[in-house]
Amino acid sequence: MAVLHGQSARTRLKRPHYGTHLFLIAMAILWLIPFVWALFTALRPKADTDKYGYFSFGGAFNLDNFIAAWNQGGFATYFGNSVIITVPTVILTLLLASMMAFAVSRFTWKFNVTLLIMFTAGNLLPPQVLAAPLFEMFKHFNLPYSVSDSGNLLNTYVAVIAVDTAFQIGFCTFVLSNYMKALPQDLTEAAFVDGAGVWRQYWAIIMPLTRPAFAALGTLEVIWIYNDFFWPLLLIQSGNRLPITTAIHNLQGQFLSNYNLLAAGAIITIIPTLIIYIVLQKQFVAGLTLGASKG
Amino acid sequence: MTAEAPALAQASGVARRVSRRPRLRFTLLNRRDKVVLTLMVAIPTLIQLVLVWIPTVLSVLLSFVRWNGLAFSDLRPAGIANYEYIFSTYPSFWPALQHNLLWLVFLAVIATPIGLLLAILLDQNIRGSRIYQSIFFSPVMLSLVLIGVIWQLFYSQNNGLLNFLLGTSGTPQAVDWFGNPNLNIWAALIAATWRHAGYVMILYLAGLKGVDPSLREAASLDGANFFQTFFRVVFPVMRPINIVIVVITIIESLRAFDIVYIINGSKNGLELISALVIQFLVGEAQVIGIGSALAVVLLVVSLVPIVIYLSRIFKKEA
Repeated sequence: MAVLHGQSARTRLKRPHYGTHLFLIAMAILWLIPFVWALFTALRPKADTDKYGYFSFGGAFNLDNFIAAWNQGGFATYFGNSVIITVPTVILTLLLASMMAFAVSRFTWKFNVTLLIMFTAGNLLPPQVLAAPLFEMFKHFNLPYSVSDSGNLLNTYVAVIAVDTAFQIGFCTFVLSNYMKALPQDLTEAAFVDGAGVWRQYWAIIMPLTRPAFAALGTLEVIWIYNDFFWPLLLIQSGNRLPITTAIHNLQGQFLSNYNLLAAGAIITIIPTLIIYIVLQKQFVAGLTLGASKG
Repeated sequence: MTAEAPALAQASGVARRVSRRPRLRFTLLNRRDKVVLTLMVAIPTLIQLVLVWIPTVLSVLLSFVRWNGLAFSDLRPAGIANYEYIFSTYPSFWPALQHNLLWLVFLAVIATPIGLLLAILLDQNIRGSRIYQSIFFSPVMLSLVLIGVIWQLFYSQNNGLLNFLLGTSGTPQAVDWFGNPNLNIWAALIAATWRHAGYVMILYLAGLKGVDPSLREAASLDGANFFQTFFRVVFPVMRPINIVIVVITIIESLRAFDIVYIINGSKNGLELISALVIQFLVGEAQVIGIGSALAVVLLVVSLVPIVIYLSRIFKKEA
């Protein structure tokens, strides 16, 4: 469908802008329809949609579904769990990746390129490749019941944070190492001559200069970890410990007979991402395309 | 989730060319600095080793055993029996492989060109360009799970917008878009396109901004029209971005999981290799060997784009 639109727009391009606008407006409307439909459904009470049909304007429009979904769905818990997982993961990832990136980009040693290649490769694997061994490793990693109620690492936030961190370090290391390589070598050389140790060069000289990359990567990682569905699905068994993105799976079943509630739940889940999108869109896009425009 | 990775990786590859001066040598450092630097490398490397590389190797090893995942003493060597099973007996394997392939072709032939087209149109200093960009880009922020739910509302047999627009809602002709095993893969692909096209658009927009404007001027002075300029001059110059997009598209189609899992647990027409892996791991009957054999198939296929990509990125470095 969309392709046909595309063809017609191309032929119209020679008389620019009117045709282009027409095409873009049509596409923008197509793009917004799923959002608008979800919002429209969420704003109407179930009784009214049952009475007038979902495809109608009859009846009331209010926020009751949002309140009901919030209370029945236990969103507060799920959002809390998302924060518990996302915040440490992003901080750990950026910290560890920046150390690794500093070591491979500012110093020459035997395996630095090899390791960097391995780090980058690890991040590109489909996570399902690692699922079975990681699941079994965590299951057979015995812990006292006072620490973990499963008696092992399954069903713990630590497991999800660890795997998410490991998976993201590779990518962040690669990006940060390229960023740090571009910083003038004189900076750390001068500090080195002045007797500044490795840690000081890293923490006091390189890290502050890497801030723009951190802002972009941080935004990107927050969104990615918040949106991660798979690892909590595999590693966490208790429903009340799931982060919101994975909990949607359960909520979907719970609300299936009530589309209005399901729509409201979906919109509630979008809100945090939407806020980040509005406030930090620039950072997010910069993260995705970091440096591409310099090429 | 992170198939986006190569974009940045490639993009920041630009930085590589900047500093060619020999860097500080490890051997020049004093003892304390050596310890600090070793720790800075060792901690992240250890995490990668334990949680990424060792599991990858274990996946391969586990694909040659029979195991229910309970006690290590239950482990039995199985030779290539697991592979024989998935290739010849397991009914979902070949359909799943076909679906993965279809996913790749659809993203490559439909979703990616839409993204490219949007980028070309929005690159022409159009009024309201930023608003259009924000709209097309907005699904990229969402998880594929949420995209599945939002489109479920749209596709629903009795309450969905699509059937109302088609006039079939409430009639026996109303199609269950996500339930019909012949149609649901297409419905899911359209939902996936909604996200993929916006993502491709933003990457190409960045790529187009980086194209030297004098190239276009020269081409138009030589009498090239818009399309000649684009396909003969601009598109070839964007080669690095094109490679990134190709790799993202391939990896994205191999990683597709969340959206089919939320729709119907990846059954009845929506089988994908990644989801089959999981069906053998969670639930009552854990057959680790078969799940691992499927994971190895996924690994081998994934290694092709990964190796090609890495060899391009690191060619100059080594």
